[in-house]
Amino acid sequence: MNFEYSDEQALLSDAVTRFVSDRYGLAGVRSAAETKDGVTAANWQGMADMGLLGMPFPEQAGGFGGGPVETQIVMEAFGRGHVLDPWVGGVLLPGALLSALDPARLTELVPDVATGDLVLALAHEEDGARYVTAQVVTNARRCGNGWRLSGRKVNVLAGAAANRLFVTARTAGAEADEDGISVFEVPVDAPGLSRTAYRQYDGQTVAALTLDDVSLPDGALVGDEGEAFSALELALDTATAAICAEAVGATETMLHATVDYLKTRQQFGGPLSRFQVLQHRCAEMYVAVEQARSMALYAAVSLGLEDRDERRRAISAAKVQCAESARFAGQNAVQMHGGIGVTDELLVGHLFRRTTMIERQFGDAGHHLARLDRLGGLDNQMGE
Amino acid sequence: MELSFSPDELAFRAEVRAFIRDNLPEDIRAFAHRSGYYKADQVRRWQKILDSRGWAAGHWPVEFGGPGWTAVQRYIFNEELLRAPAPEPLSFNINMVGPVIYTFGTEEQKSRFLPKIRSLDWWFCQGFSEPGAGSDLAALKTSAVTDGDSYVINGQKIWTSTAQHADWMFALVRTDPKAPKKQMGISFLLIDMNTPGIDVRPIVTIDGEHHTNEVFFDNVRVPAENLIGEENKGWDYAKFLLGSERTGIARVGLSKGRMDRALELARVAPVYGGARLIEDPGFRQRALKLQVELKALEISALRIIDRQRRNPSDKPDAASSILKLRGAETQQASAELLADAAGPSAAPFFDFREMFSDNEVPQGVARADGAMRVHFAARPATIYGGASEVQKNIIAKAILGFKDKP
Repeated sequence: MNFEYSDEQALLSDAVTRFVSDRYGLAGVRSAAETKDGVTAANWQGMADMGLLGMPFPEQAGGFGGGPVETQIVMEAFGRGHVLDPWVGGVLLPGALLSALDPARLTELVPDVATGDLVLALAHEEDGARYVTAQVVTNARRCGNGWRLSGRKVNVLAGAAANRLFVTARTAGAEADEDGISVFEVPVDAPGLSRTAYRQYDGQTVAALTLDDVSLPDGALVGDEGEAFSALELALDTATAAICAEAVGATETMLHATVDYLKTRQQFGGPLSRFQVLQHRCAEMYVAVEQARSMALYAAVSLGLEDRDERRRAISAAKVQCAESARFAGQNAVQMHGGIGVTDELLVGHLFRRTTMIERQFGDAGHHLARLDRLGGLDNQMGE
Repeated sequence: MELSFSPDELAFRAEVRAFIRDNLPEDIRAFAHRSGYYKADQVRRWQKILDSRGWAAGHWPVEFGGPGWTAVQRYIFNEELLRAPAPEPLSFNINMVGPVIYTFGTEEQKSRFLPKIRSLDWWFCQGFSEPGAGSDLAALKTSAVTDGDSYVINGQKIWTSTAQHADWMFALVRTDPKAPKKQMGISFLLIDMNTPGIDVRPIVTIDGEHHTNEVFFDNVRVPAENLIGEENKGWDYAKFLLGSERTGIARVGLSKGRMDRALELARVAPVYGGARLIEDPGFRQRALKLQVELKALEISALRIIDRQRRNPSDKPDAASSILKLRGAETQQASAELLADAAGPSAAPFFDFREMFSDNEVPQGVARADGAMRVHFAARPATIYGGASEVQKNIIAKAILGFKDKP
């Protein structure tokens, strides 16, 4: 057992923290609002220069070989500074999917992803599917030497900026079957594909895709036909661990902002910080942040587990804790800021919108409790 | 970054498990399983067994009889005892007075007291709280007045757990009532419980047990050689004592053991509609949330241990207040889950002291022995050892930088 960062990890943490504090916070909110596709060009280039865009890929694929702990370091810093540029959606999530499904294809892409020239995206979620990963209605059928895809995808992270799209579609089975899900690479200019960019409440720009009988060559299929589910789940678990770390960073900033605000805000003839009821609320927020930090670490290291069910239990347990901590810390940060907390004048309001989205992203606490339940709880203690 | 235990640490855990399995006397095991606690003679016998293996004082320096374990080994050892369950080495002796003596005591005090503290030949109780000094401990009034080579003690202590079994008390007493700050006039004394003038009166708590007491002092003469460290510096030693070795304070293993038992009962308990309690969605949800909380707490404890290992400091680590706060809450939640799993069969008062032995439990009641007792006994967890509100004060001041007065 050892929780210490290696020297390289400590350097990474310092560098990313500096990068984030130089460029993000409220300034990042403004620059993100000015982009059409959700990627701030200068910041994305800055990430490329630091090696962050190639970081999570294996060295043999041309990446920098960062693992889940490096991702956790990056995402915690991103959360602290409210980074809206879509690193998870444009790099980590599709990268994790390809790494599991088709490493050779990933190796081709990594050099251009690392320079920032290529933004990837995974189009998976469908309207009404909520958090059920296997809920895929978009269909792909064989047609001569190729495929034809039809369907609709929503909330595609990095979807507006992406120049390589990977789309899940059903090649067999019923609409929520785990078997029969395949992944296709779809050119962004494919006839029949339309993309609509829109903003989410957290300020991120995503896309909805409509595929209307999109014709693809045989080589568009990524990995084996109908066998994508477990890779998809691993990729989503990887992204879930990442946003758990982001939640830790974001709630930490909200906690410190709240403590500072209480120490300066004068009411009833003195600073609000003299009221014990508020001090205790902040102490509870601190506990919530630290418990989330523990579980975000647990999620990160569990990504390397051989046993798939063990990994899924750990990720779900972590998401439950991080979602509940984010809710508690976020709502109390807003409450203790009073009126100014519900405006967009301070970072805390923006962070609150993000943590509220994080609660739900890739499955809310209820969903992950249900998954943990289905898997018999931690250590399968409540299984058959 | 490696959250799982190393092969060496796992081997150590296996060794501890095997030792408990092979050496814990069967009557202690059976009684603990039934009641969720231990009798004094069981605690004594088990600590002697541990001491003969060299395991009674996990974090003591080797020169005073410690085993030379790492912080992780100590954590593993405690968790295994709690989960087994087997009695922990008596905290008053091992975690509290022992470290104060080997840190601040004279050579003579060390050689006189430490071996007997370790082996539990001398059982210590803690004389801190008073009727007017609970969370505000520094308000204590019990006085110690110098008379020749003795102190003469007058006053009253309360919530003195296990005083009825104790051979000795370590006590905070007021030696300088005129000190400019109330913290400054306090001394740390060792008091032989057989000294004339000491009167121990039981307090029966809501679990129906006699754990704790009032202790009255009427002109009790204590040799001056029983003073630890310097006169009027007792508050510093008390802070040291309360801050040392607090990483086990979450007692995750205890809650896990209760959870094990609750799930065991839930597998056979029928519920409305024909299923078993283990299948009830509401019950499962509570159990799952508790599992998550316990996992988070366990990792938080290990993180704090790891940080202390890398940055050793004599000062108490305020972050361990998280462990006390959430640890007490999860002890209560797991106890409540256990009582709920047991249901009405936990209702009959089952007297482990046989004090009220006329309470004949009606035949045919399949008693979930101890479940309700455990539930009641868990209530003070958020009160003793620094109430939850005090822990929040510590976090607010020491970590978040709030002040008493602006």
